[in-house]
Amino acid sequence: MAFDYDKYLRPGKLPHIWCPGCGHGIVMKGLIRAMDTLNLKKEETAVVSGIGCASRLPGYIDCCTLHTAHGRAAAFATGVKMAKPEMNVILVGGDGDGTAIGGNHFIHACRRNINMTYIIMNNYIYGMTGGQFSPCTPTGAKASTTPYGNPDPGFDIAKLAIGAGATFVARGTAFHANQIDKLIAEAIQHKGFSVVEILDDCPTTYGRRNKYKSVIEMMNRLKEVAVPVKAAEKMTAEQLQGKVLTGVLYKDETKPEYTAEYAKVIERATAAK
Amino acid sequence: MEKKLPKIEIIEKYCKGCHICVEFCPKDVLEMKGFYASVKNLEACIKCMQCELRCPDFAIKVITE
Ligand SMILES: Cc1ncc(C[n+]2csc(CCOP(=O)(O)OP(=O)(O)O)c2C)c(N)n1
Ligand code: SF4
Ligand code: SF4
Ligand code: SF4
Ligand SMILES: [Mg+2]
Repeated sequence: MAFDYDKYLRPGKLPHIWCPGCGHGIVMKGLIRAMDTLNLKKEETAVVSGIGCASRLPGYIDCCTLHTAHGRAAAFATGVKMAKPEMNVILVGGDGDGTAIGGNHFIHACRRNINMTYIIMNNYIYGMTGGQFSPCTPTGAKASTTPYGNPDPGFDIAKLAIGAGATFVARGTAFHANQIDKLIAEAIQHKGFSVVEILDDCPTTYGRRNKYKSVIEMMNRLKEVAVPVKAAEKMTAEQLQGKVLTGVLYKDETKPEYTAEYAKVIERATAAK
Repeated sequence: MEKKLPKIEIIEKYCKGCHICVEFCPKDVLEMKGFYASVKNLEACIKCMQCELRCPDFAIKVITE
């Protein structure tokens, strides 16, 4: 049966602002399906973002939403979670928002292992402002600020998250649409800071400059580079050259969760009075 | 037994003409007609839902029973 997205969409908001073929819409649909799978209550769920095309997402979702300052989604979301630990707090945003201006907030949310879910839509570029390079732009790629090719190596968001202390890290792609909701649902259920990176496409500011003839070529690239973690186990290093692992990459259920630890601090402080 | 065909609804006021549903339908059911996606060969549809899942714009629905 056709899926009823209206349940979690604010009425009258479509068509959304994203360009034709922009993967952000595919990710938003995945999030909605995950919310439906878990039957999340709107009044108990907050979707929080910073600034960017990806960060426009909360404007469409019918639940508690916050559209904050560039790179600051994690800081605002942490405030929400600390005030109301019983809420499901979901952060959404782009690679620029999350790993450039918001990089510090990102790593510290990981380090604290606070029970929130961060969906990061990595289209390798600052889409909203016209295609400046981000910390995720691959080496050699063209951006408005790297017209002769990007000399920087790009971040591996998943490795960054694991290194910084996140306890659930997954990766999917906008092409593999039917996997997105499953990864997000598992991330939301995980008790700790969970990161879901979705490899995305920005045909308008990245595709055009980097010789992708169409959004279809960008989708085909996502299809080709993605290798599920299970399949990768049987592949040689050579076969994995240029590939990107998808699925649940890391999960640790033993590390203390921040709001639970903070509740103990409150208890100790109250007893000491 | 006659197979039951789905109903494929394309909401033109949402469709942005990106071609994704058309290109990745495994059975070549869809085509672009002018700016919008359109159904070309409903009989071939296997109800895999890939078009509905991948449409970034909430513009295509595969209604089955
Ligand atoms: C403090 C501040 N600095 C810069 C900007 C300009 N700005 C808006 S969005 C953006 C980058 C967004 O890139 P990303 O997060 O990757 O999202 P995308 O548009 O690619 O989805 C920038 C630099 C801003 N709004 N605020
Ligand atoms: S500029 Fe890029 S990221 Fe922004 S809506 Fe268009 S395709 Fe999507
Ligand atoms: S449901 Fe599958 S077979 Fe049918 S039109 Fe959509 S993609 Fe094609
Ligand atoms: S995927 Fe959606 S927006 Fe793109 S052509 Fe098909 S119906 Fe239109
Ligand atoms: Mg981006």
